[in-house]
Amino acid sequence: MTTQAAAQPTTPQQAGGGPDLDPAVRLGLYETMVLSRTYEEAILREYHADKGPGFDIGKGLIPGEMHLSAGQEPVAAGVCAHLTTGDAVTATHRPHHFAVAHGVDLRRMTAEIFGREGGLGRGRGGHMHLFDPDTHFSCSGIIAEGYPPALGQAFAFHRQGTDRIAVAVTGEGAANQGAFHESLNLAARWSLPVVFVVEDNDWGISVPRTASTSVASNADRAVAYGIPGERIEGNDVEGVYGAARRAVARARAGEGPSLIEVHTLRLWGHFEGDAQGYRLDLEDAPSHDPIPRYEAALREAGVLDDETVTRIRSAAGERTEDAIAFAKNSPVPDPASATSYVFA
Amino acid sequence: MTITETPTTPTPHSRRLTTSKAIVEAIAFEMDRDPSVFYLGEDVGSYGGIFGSTGGLLDRFGKDRVIDTPISETAFIGLGIGAAVEGMRPIVELMFADFMGVCLDQIYNHMAKIHFESGGNVKVPMVLTMGAGGGYSDGAQHSQCLWGTFAHLPGMKVVVPSSPADAKGLMTAAIRDDSPVVYMFHKGVMGLPWMAKNPRSNDDVPEGDYETPIGKANVVRSGNDVTVVTISLSVHHALDVAERLAGDGIDVEVLDLRSLVPLDREAILASVAKTGRLVVVDEDYLSFGMSGEVVATIAEHDPTLLKRPAERVAVPDVPIPYAHALEYAVLPRHDRIEAAVRRAVAG
Repeated sequence: MTTQAAAQPTTPQQAGGGPDLDPAVRLGLYETMVLSRTYEEAILREYHADKGPGFDIGKGLIPGEMHLSAGQEPVAAGVCAHLTTGDAVTATHRPHHFAVAHGVDLRRMTAEIFGREGGLGRGRGGHMHLFDPDTHFSCSGIIAEGYPPALGQAFAFHRQGTDRIAVAVTGEGAANQGAFHESLNLAARWSLPVVFVVEDNDWGISVPRTASTSVASNADRAVAYGIPGERIEGNDVEGVYGAARRAVARARAGEGPSLIEVHTLRLWGHFEGDAQGYRLDLEDAPSHDPIPRYEAALREAGVLDDETVTRIRSAAGERTEDAIAFAKNSPVPDPASATSYVFA
Repeated sequence: MTITETPTTPTPHSRRLTTSKAIVEAIAFEMDRDPSVFYLGEDVGSYGGIFGSTGGLLDRFGKDRVIDTPISETAFIGLGIGAAVEGMRPIVELMFADFMGVCLDQIYNHMAKIHFESGGNVKVPMVLTMGAGGGYSDGAQHSQCLWGTFAHLPGMKVVVPSSPADAKGLMTAAIRDDSPVVYMFHKGVMGLPWMAKNPRSNDDVPEGDYETPIGKANVVRSGNDVTVVTISLSVHHALDVAERLAGDGIDVEVLDLRSLVPLDREAILASVAKTGRLVVVDEDYLSFGMSGEVVATIAEHDPTLLKRPAERVAVPDVPIPYAHALEYAVLPRHDRIEAAVRRAVAG
């Protein structure tokens, strides 16, 4: 166990990224981010396709709130690169990038987002409530409340004699919730194989973290519970990859939990329809998009060329459109079955 | 009142146990046969549960399966949920039902909804136990029943045993159930040596594997003049009243619901169809709860079953007072139950 007076931000080099990283790994990180973005651009397109006239949130092929994760792909790609589908991930109300990176079946996930019978939850859950037992993936629409179930998954994996782990994801706003602190303490005290991930996108809907949070880094809060905490600046996918490698290895070795906070970017609104009038940084946001930036770095390093970029983008497009088509062809649930599945 | 010390002749198949010991027996039996069962909560280890729900389990099964937690109900109930999702069968104790306020999100938004939201693909086979009820001056934050609140929220079964045998049989069923079960034990039925108790909290309990199906009400006393529908400690009170009124020629049927979810509506209808008179006794709050639901069951099915308006005896929508005289004024004790039964059979 490492304890520090205060956690220091980790540079990409310290984090284990950069030119020393295996080109295949770097390509994989890029590929995951591109798939996630391509997927969400398609969801965005379908979501807004039939909300008019005007914008009626409950209308259309994809009804309801829609929280998209564009800009936060480096967190999911960097963490999930170390996981197998035997490991658990509990994500947030903004779950798509983690679901994509963890290998949730895109067809059934998309059908769920469309509210169809072929969806992960047969249309009962929706985009904030995706449950995939095949990959031990789940998410919760309640801030910070995805952490406690992750403890139980980690507990079960450990009791079952495996080295499987649980990754629990929240945003920085969740770090001010009781569930966050209870979970860190309990996981630390019981040395549970958990990796806590905090996505700091600077915004709790419209409230900036500077207005909500008493510490500059939530990694300091990990230190307060006697577990390692690292903060990755710059939305750096390779920095996340390096930090996650250490945290996952520690958890698999039975040495207990760690926390990784990533300073990331919410490229779009809190939810679709959010005009973001509160957000003065919005104009600059596209210039911080992590995907073109990483693409440029990999081109410069000779890891990516035009041909590979085209291949990766087109494969992502094909998988995405296949999933959208599957969803659209999946039957709408029978209203007569609305009361099914309350009990096992 | 003191614990009944009636000499008994134990049969090979049953002996007298307090409710708390009957619960422990069911848990131990299941822990023996199923290694995925474990118990988690505050003071459930060496203390044996504040209300005796885990006495002796630590010595028998060790600290890996009988686990004391920090005072972090959200974290450890959530832990139970996650473990259940991954195939274990946790029993998680919330010390008092009153403490639901600090952890309700895990209970009603997660434990109770995951199966539904997953379209039946993810099961949460978990038991959430908790102490409930008043009558011993523990004040407004440690005396509530609140089973109606849990029952109102979809996705969890709500079991509330009254007798030692039911406590064992329903615990067995709860642990084996693939759905989350809230298992509420009234402190007054546990047979605790440090609290006034009804003699019925110490009674015959079958040995060995014993399961009572969840959702079947029990006619604990058969009668023809009036039906008392009730649950938990109030069953004991209702039986006391029924015995007393038998001397006055009033033949009271007492129906122990045993669970609120599922609610055995057929048993309610069958009994009221026979007697034509209904008293509902509930130690939970009066409005928007069990007593209203029972009366609504009659009203929706066939209001002409009732020869007189139904009577409800419950806590009259006030917090539970501390002072003994005030607390007994709001609880459904013998005097209020008897008065209601007499009104129900008059005319």
